Parts: sequence; C-alpha cells; structure tokens
Amino acid sequence: MVENRPYLTVISHLVVILGIVITVMPIWITFVASTHPIEHIMDGTIPMWPGDQFFENYATVLGAGIADAGGIPVGTMLFNSLVMALTIAVGKIAISLIAAFAIVYFDFPFRMACFWIIFITLMLPVEVRILPTFAVVANLGMLNSYIGLSLPLIASATATFLFRQFFLTVPEELAEAARIDGAGPLKFFKDILLPLSRTNVAALFVILFIYGWNQYLWPLLVTTDESFYTVVMGIQRMTQAAESLPLWHLVMATTMLAMLPPVIVVVVMQKLFVKGLVETEK
Amino acid sequence: MIKRVTFRNLWLPYLLLLPQLAVTLIFFIWPALQALYQSLLVEDAFGLSTEFVWFENFEELFSDPLYLEAFTNTVVFSFSVAFASMAIALLLAVMADRTIKGATAYKTLLIWPYAVAPAVAGVLWFFMFNPVVGILAYVLRGVGYDWNHYLDGGDAMTLVVIAASWKQISYNFLFFLAGLQAIPRSLIEAAAIDGAGPFKRFWTIIFPLLSPTTFFLLVVNVVYAFFDTFGIIHATTEGGPAGATQILVYKVYSDGFVGLDLGSSAAQSVVLMAIVIALTVVQFRYIERRVEY
Repeated sequence: MVENRPYLTVISHLVVILGIVITVMPIWITFVASTHPIEHIMDGTIPMWPGDQFFENYATVLGAGIADAGGIPVGTMLFNSLVMALTIAVGKIAISLIAAFAIVYFDFPFRMACFWIIFITLMLPVEVRILPTFAVVANLGMLNSYIGLSLPLIASATATFLFRQFFLTVPEELAEAARIDGAGPLKFFKDILLPLSRTNVAALFVILFIYGWNQYLWPLLVTTDESFYTVVMGIQRMTQAAESLPLWHLVMATTMLAMLPPVIVVVVMQKLFVKGLVETEK
Repeated sequence: MIKRVTFRNLWLPYLLLLPQLAVTLIFFIWPALQALYQSLLVEDAFGLSTEFVWFENFEELFSDPLYLEAFTNTVVFSFSVAFASMAIALLLAVMADRTIKGATAYKTLLIWPYAVAPAVAGVLWFFMFNPVVGILAYVLRGVGYDWNHYLDGGDAMTLVVIAASWKQISYNFLFFLAGLQAIPRSLIEAAAIDGAGPFKRFWTIIFPLLSPTTFFLLVVNVVYAFFDTFGIIHATTEGGPAGATQILVYKVYSDGFVGLDLGSSAAQSVVLMAIVIALTVVQFRYIERRVEY
C-alpha cells in the first residue's frame, strides 16, 4: 500500500467481491436447479435456494442416465472421462520426458530435425485437420475405443519444450559425475533426472489432466457408441433433448458432475496449477 | 542447445524419440499433408472420382458470402472475448493487488473457472439465458428486454461471448496479477510522492509497464477464441440462428463432417492452419523479445 486511502480500499474489496459473485453465480444457479424436481424449474418461478431432490436427481443421472435422451449412466461417462484424462496426462508426460532427454543429452544425426518435427505440432491443433485425422483413426480401427480417444492427442510440443528447458538448467556436473561413476544414460535418467523433475511433472500433470478431461471435439468425432461417450460431450446430447423434454434438473446435475473433478484438482493443487500454467506459456 | 557432456549411443536416442515422433507423424503431420492435398481436389457427390483443380476451392471459398460471414463472425467474436475478459480481469487484478489482506483468498475464489470445460461453460449460460426457464432471461424480461437467442442473432452472439469470456477471466487474472506484482514498488511510491493520484499512476506507470503482459494475453486470448471455443458453440447455439454464431472452426466441422464437402472443408482447414502459424510466429517472436527485457 503506497498511501492510505480508506475509501479506495473499500471500493477495491467491493469490486473484487462483486467479481467473485458474478463468477460463482452460474454455479450456484446450476446447483440449485440440480436439486429441484422439474416442476419447480418449469413453472416459471425460478428457485434461488436448493430443493430437496438432491439425492434423487444425482442418483438418477449417475445410475440410470436419461433414457429419453438415449443416454447411458453418467457414472459410465465419468469413468470414460477419467480414463481419457489420465491416459492423456500420463502419456504426454512420459513420451515428452524421454524425447526431451534424447534431445538434450545425446548428440546424433538429425537431432534438430526431430526437434522441429515436434515443434510443428504446436501449429496443428485438431480443429484444423478434423477430417484427415478422423480418416487415419478410422483406418486404424480405433473408433470407439479408449486408445482412439487418447493416443492421437498424446504428442506434446509444449511438454517436450518444458522438459527440455528444465533439463538445460540441470548442472552439467551431475551428468559428469554419473559418467565417471560408470552410470549409463538410462540409469542417469532414472536415478538423477527423474527425481529432479518431480515438481515439473506434478505441475504439468495438473494442467494436462484438465486439458484431457475438457476435450470436446475429439470425443465427438471418434465415439458413436454411447458407452464411450465422455461426460463433457455427453452433456451436449442431453441439452439438445432438454429443448423438447423437461430434463433441465438432470442436465444441471450432470453439468455439476462434469465440472467437479477438474475444479477440485485446481483448487486443491493451486500452487502446482499456477506453476504449470505459467511454465507452459513460457 | 545441447549439454556439454553428452552420452554416446547409436540407437538409444532414436528409440527414446520414437513414441513422440510416431504419434506426431501419424496423427499430426500426415493428416495435415492430406488436408493440404485435398484442398486442391474436387470430389463428386458420390466420391467416385476426384479432379485436381489447383486453387479453385480457395477461390470458391473466398467468394462464398457464408464463409465471409463466418470470417466476420470469428473476428467479432474473438476480439469481443479478448477485450471483455481482459478488461474485467485487469480491473479485478488491480483491485485484488490493492487489497493486501485477502489477495490470496480472492485468488483462490477467482481462478477455478479455468478448469471448467468450454462446452460446460456454454451450457451454464445457455441455461441461465434460456427464454423459458432461465433466470437472466427472466430478469431481462422484467426490465423490458425480450431475450431470445433462438431467434435473435445478436442475442446468440452475446450469449457465446459471455460464456467464452467468463471462462477466460481467471486465466487473464492470474497473469495480470503476476504482472502487477512484478512492478517495482519504488516507481509507484516515487510517483505518489510527486503527487500523482491512483488513477494517474495507473494510466501513466502501471498500464504501460504491463504492456508486455497485455500483448501476450491478447495473442493467447485470440488463439483461445479462434480454436478452443468450438465446444461453446456446438453445445449451445450450433452456429445459429441463421449462421449468426457460425465461426470458422465450427464451419470446418459442419461442412466437412456433417455436410461432407471434402474439398471445401480441406481448404478451410488450410486457411485455419495459416492463421495458427501466423499467430504462433507472432507469439514466439514476441516471447523472444520478452526474454531480452
């Protein structure tokens, strides 16, 4: 605080609190709607306080799904999302770690060419190559499978750069010492480099888990079989159904469930999340 | 860049790079080349014959009023989202930075929308603005505005802009707050001693010093609005009404995947690719400069 201006401090607090209220409001409305029977939502008097149908509504979507929307239980969708998010996060980290290790610690022909090939992926998001990528996945017989959902998204220029950047800051003496002591590259990687990278791996994991969980376009393309729907894209089918059928309370319960896991990850691992966010944008 | 001390091994580095390169080549580079090639072809309605037509697809594309409309929509949408989410985030960051007590708690309460998927953010606002059951549509009716995003293109565009901005505020807030905290206190104190009030200090010292952060966020936000908002559009307005919220990424999907117009969709992909490449170059050139600072 540079100078004491009490009225300005009060205004500052008020503005921030107003901002938080506006940020939280959609979630509150959604939560309230998810705890009411549908009649309360449809009769025009919009409830502002939670109702008494919390357990009924959530049990319905988790266990049975919305039959009218041709739905499967949201529990299954949550499981699919979890598998996809974990595979993408772990896969990206694993293959980026070893790729960065090869680029930083080995001298071999075409080293820079490999680096640039990985770099190019930054410029090719799924959105710009929808049809041909779909064709490749279809030809490989990967439609409607967990591998089709996650493998094509597993390459990561960002993660490779991040680890490359980090490896470059690791003191040279460590590799020298390891070599003098007779450790081979793999032993050095496993016993020295990996333990040193622990914080970076954790920070990146938080970001990539959210990235994987929130994927929308890709699951939309490669899943036609409902039992492979992920929850984020499954909601869309329900919203379309809610246009004609009174389902809003169940759609809102599903929305809460789709939001909860990544939001919990961010709130609980706030420090790692901020670190990951700042590092991946460097 | 490489380490001074390196390991020597003939095949190990290639083996280590293999998974990353295999995924990249099969699922990124090959499809991108396919898109480039297909953008030069025209296929008949039954997929029986294809003809090489050079740049005809592109010529058609840029003389198609629907495509040009999608282009305009995308520009309006991106800059509205970038402006709204950055302005609000900057205001909140400046205010949170002033309140020494509580800044951390405020941060926790403001950053979590980052974790909400764009499609889910869309559904949240879609519900609140729903003309029949939505609370905001109800409030707007109360003040005499008949909100209906099913019929009114302007309402639909406002809806997707609000949903997209709401989700992005947290990200911008974090970076603005970090930028503000990096400004040396002595500069601000010196200005205060010279008699500059809080508003003058903001516009003449703080805001110019934040410009690297602002520019960086502008690029990131435009990229976000161009490419990561497909879910918001698809889950809510589906490009409608009458194409009012049809943005480029959505059009590639609906022309190629729903309309099955391969040549046109591929040409649109190539245009998008050019845009991503341009934006990436801007971002990297800029970051190069920031390192020198």
